[in-house]
Amino acid sequence: MKWHRVQAILIRHLYLYQRSIPRLMDIFYWPVMELLLWGFLTRYLEKAGLGGVNIVTILLGALVFWDLLSQGQRAVSIAFLEDVWERNLLNIFVTPLRVSEFLLSTVLLGLIRIVLAGAVISILAYLLYQFNIFTFGFYLVPFVLSILLFGWALGLFTTGIILRFGSSAQVLAFGFIFLIQPFSAVFYPVSALPQSLQYVAYILPSTWVFEGMRRVVATGSLSLPHLGMAFVLNFIYLGLVFWFFYAMFSRVKEKGLLLKLD
Amino acid sequence: MGWINESIVKVKKLVKKFDRTVKVVDNISFEIERGKITGLLGPNGAGKTTTIQMMLDLITPTSGSIKIFGKNVAQNREEVLSRVNFSSPYVNLPYNLKVWENLSTFARLYNVPNPRQKVEELAEFFDIKELLPKITSSLSTGQLTRVNLAKALLNDPELLLLDEPTSSLDPDVADRVRKLLLQIQKDRGVTILYTSHNMAEIEELCTRVIFLNKGKITDDGAPRQLVRKYGRKDLNDVFIAIARGE
Repeated sequence: MKWHRVQAILIRHLYLYQRSIPRLMDIFYWPVMELLLWGFLTRYLEKAGLGGVNIVTILLGALVFWDLLSQGQRAVSIAFLEDVWERNLLNIFVTPLRVSEFLLSTVLLGLIRIVLAGAVISILAYLLYQFNIFTFGFYLVPFVLSILLFGWALGLFTTGIILRFGSSAQVLAFGFIFLIQPFSAVFYPVSALPQSLQYVAYILPSTWVFEGMRRVVATGSLSLPHLGMAFVLNFIYLGLVFWFFYAMFSRVKEKGLLLKLD
Repeated sequence: MGWINESIVKVKKLVKKFDRTVKVVDNISFEIERGKITGLLGPNGAGKTTTIQMMLDLITPTSGSIKIFGKNVAQNREEVLSRVNFSSPYVNLPYNLKVWENLSTFARLYNVPNPRQKVEELAEFFDIKELLPKITSSLSTGQLTRVNLAKALLNDPELLLLDEPTSSLDPDVADRVRKLLLQIQKDRGVTILYTSHNMAEIEELCTRVIFLNKGKITDDGAPRQLVRKYGRKDLNDVFIAIARGE
């Protein structure tokens, strides 16, 4: 792996972002809108005495984590789609750039987007609802890392599908994440799901992250079983997704689809 | 001068089938000598672009081998591609970036030692200096072609694959591009594999042409030699004869 090639692709994306209002909006618009919606709802529930003492913390914490997950996924998929939309993939892959370097650059771009979006929503959540994500010290940090890993795994999966089926599958870049939302126990505990769906929920790392996050909020201590399961599942998913992406790339080369991706 | 007759591309028994049945490239073998401009010609669907893409490891061959600089391309992709470049009007540079941003991105990808100096040197050579601060989407076709060619020379390639570089250019700009290519080949000793449907252009540039038709090599030789062999008045008529199987 050569850092100068990773850096080249990353800088190429940053050139785009620095003067593109729609791209900057994509980082901030959805998180801010969701923060306003869910923030006011939790404020209402709190005033009406409907949610218990930690309702603001739990819902806003879930919201911040959900945004991290969706930003991580979208950043990877959209970074790839930028090259599909501009019919630039061929130019990129006639250079010595490796697929792994290309993927790493999209993951790093995702990290930059997440830091930016995370900073803005953390500040807004504090200013509007006095919600401080750092109240729980470093206990939430490993869960943040875990949710990012799952976001990248989902991003690589949707990218693999787009690579194989072209931009007609690009709706996945924006919509796929919502397929897992009901089963990830984002805003409610897993126990709220019917028994059969709980089995589905427990094979998703996101479920363990959201459950673990709620445990930190409720008890003020780190739940190692939740964290451990989240990381184990993440590594399995990442392994599978890398295998899937390389298989799709190999299939695309076999079918000569790289130039026809649009 | 021992390198003059050295083959830097060796293609052996290359086959590409799509969907297991459609044979787009059918058992072709050829070599390309260092420092020469070779034309790869043929009607639409002859297999030229597929062959070039296999040489760039963008398409996996069904069977056969491609060696560039004596190395198998697929197994030595990084090493081979760092010494090769490609340009085609059908492949865009990111159009939302400024021209200098695009060129410096590709310079970084090739690990060019002094990217800024290299971009400026090529901008001077291709007369695109005033285009560097412009957004790529605002360029004309002729300007884009010159920017694409500048991109293709960033890594000082030993082998340049050009897929119809002058298509959609007006005769004046096409003539300028041809002169630039001849100058590059003369000054830098770059080996060029060139596809085009403009036979006058091929006669002007290429010392040798390889004709492909329906995935097979139907002829191979110097343009004048082929004109004589087929008893036609020029390469355009030879092309028609070969395409129609006359």
